Amino acid sequence: MKYQVQENCLTIYLPREVDHHSAEEMKREADAVIDRNHIKYVIFDFEKTDFMDSSGIGVIMGRYKTICLIGGEVWAVHANARIRKILTLSGAAKIMQIYEEDES
Amino acid sequence: MKNTNEMEIRFDSRSENEGFARVAVAAFMTQLNPTVEEVADVKTAVSEAVTNAIIHGYEGEVKKVTIRCRIEENVFVVEVSDRGKGIENIEEAMQPMFTTLPEQDRSGMGFAFMEAFMDSLEVESSPGNGTIVKMKKTVGKGREIWTTQSL
Repeated sequence: MKYQVQENCLTIYLPREVDHHSAEEMKREADAVIDRNHIKYVIFDFEKTDFMDSSGIGVIMGRYKTICLIGGEVWAVHANARIRKILTLSGAAKIMQIYEEDES
Repeated sequence: MKNTNEMEIRFDSRSENEGFARVAVAAFMTQLNPTVEEVADVKTAVSEAVTNAIIHGYEGEVKKVTIRCRIEENVFVVEVSDRGKGIENIEEAMQPMFTTLPEQDRSGMGFAFMEAFMDSLEVESSPGNGTIVKMKKTVGKGREIWTTQSL
């Protein structure tokens, strides 16, 4: 998993395909990083992602449950139309902030 | 005579194979000349069904998952089956947000996604006898009108 920590903010650079296989490893690593660095904000960066199924939703929901207890937030950036559809359909869009960049 | 075509694949219930399964199905589907959206819908649905077979059907044990695909004119039929433990209460399992594994961060959206992205979904299962998930999708809906107009 590629990630970056800046103060209390963790950015997770998601792989090309987020499924049950890639989600398992991501969950483990993300939880360790969140624990160690007192993370309050988690940013999911979908720049490289063109496939995600409900396992990805599980990853987002799970991290949200952890950090919302300390008043944290979950963000999505660079999500394409397909990813946004998945986020909306699953209800994940209601608990997270989706950063909309200008499409130029 | 209807225009039909079929394929079948069988693979180990390892999570590495989830990517293979949806790409194989997507490749077979291309002969219907689907849109990018339609391919993405089928890939997501197949991914959900295969993930279910691996984590719920076989509970991590390595056995075989079978996918059967059938094309009938412009209808794409895909059947994902396992010989695993089966589902006790199908109705309950199909409810959005229902999961038997909340501690593993499963979202409980698998069947909801299959229903949302395919035209129809049938689940056959009984405890101890495995599960068959049968999904259908009509490919190229509404495209005909456009073709007729352009001619």
